[in-house]
Amino acid sequence: MRKLLPYPILSLSLLVLWLLLQQSLAIGQILLGAVIAVLAARAFAALEPQQPRARKLGSIFKLAALVIVDVMRSNLAVASIVLRDRHRQQTAGFVVMPLTLRDRSGLAILACIITATPGSAWLEYDSVRGTVLIHVLDLVDEATWVDTIKNRYERLLLEIFQ
Amino acid sequence: MSAAILHWSLLASQLLVGLAMIAATYRMIRGPRAQDRILALDAFYVAAMLMLVLFGIRIGSNIYFEVALLIGALSFVGTVALAKFLMRGEVIE
Amino acid sequence: MSEVPVWVAALVGGLSILGAAFTLLGCIGLARFNSFYARVHAPTLGTSLGSIAILLASAIYFTVSAQRPAVHEVLILVFISITTPVTLMLLARAALYRDRAESSGDVPLQWGEDIVVERADAPSEG
Repeated sequence: MRKLLPYPILSLSLLVLWLLLQQSLAIGQILLGAVIAVLAARAFAALEPQQPRARKLGSIFKLAALVIVDVMRSNLAVASIVLRDRHRQQTAGFVVMPLTLRDRSGLAILACIITATPGSAWLEYDSVRGTVLIHVLDLVDEATWVDTIKNRYERLLLEIFQ
Repeated sequence: MSAAILHWSLLASQLLVGLAMIAATYRMIRGPRAQDRILALDAFYVAAMLMLVLFGIRIGSNIYFEVALLIGALSFVGTVALAKFLMRGEVIE
Repeated sequence: MSEVPVWVAALVGGLSILGAAFTLLGCIGLARFNSFYARVHAPTLGTSLGSIAILLASAIYFTVSAQRPAVHEVLILVFISITTPVTLMLLARAALYRDRAESSGDVPLQWGEDIVVERADAPSEG
């Protein structure tokens, strides 16, 4: 079983993707999708990726809800910045932030969250010092920003991945 | 009644997305540097994709959906390739 | 265009205008902001709320008019929300690399660049 289906979640999502693309639940499409999903997962296993160990399903849902709410909120914030007049736009700046999170998958997810949220972008991670360079569009207070990211996202990601 | 609402609101949103594409084009022409142009191209792709989804609702058919998905995929591949080129292809030393 | 109830038409129309307006705001920001790193933030408006609203409108419209759930718009949404951060991060890092190589603009230095300076005036100890 383990050899046939090395990544069950990946295979299942590929099957769902296939059925959504075909927009049908015919038995032929399910079979074809299943074959493709299994083969693609085995091809993925040939890359020998590092297996992420995610725990605490509750924290994952909490993080997802938090991210959705934050994306909505910062959409409005950035939209109001765009509509401001020109000379008040000079608040953008770089922030260097220390991180305690070291897990690679966790860092990848944190990078995606921060970049996908309008108003902040992840630029560079320094693995020696464990710091990250972030660009913030509306930088009022550097400490508040570091605090928000550490308390809102990093704490949850630490629960999930470590 | 509902056909009229749909017609006018979809027309308005297509106009807005069209203006967004013009704004992206302005940045693409203005530059000033290569990374600005690539960023504008990426935003242009996203706006074009949303434009096609709106077209699909307006026509009432699913044909445009696959095209929109393709444009999304092409924008990702294209932007990643160009960004990689900026990092490695051009030697500034 | 098949006939749909008025409230569905209003909902679809409102959502698509909302999404289009946010996409437009993002692109206006792209045209107006005055540094590259500020401009990186602008397209995320179109890829987050802009896409969500327009794709939701599309899903609602086709679900009602075709009398069956049309959820394949989710595919575009998932695809966009995974790929946008990756492209923006790559582009920002490329820009950072270029700015550092030409030492133009005021970008923060890479760790290690300032260390070299410290070593240059340190050897008096050894």
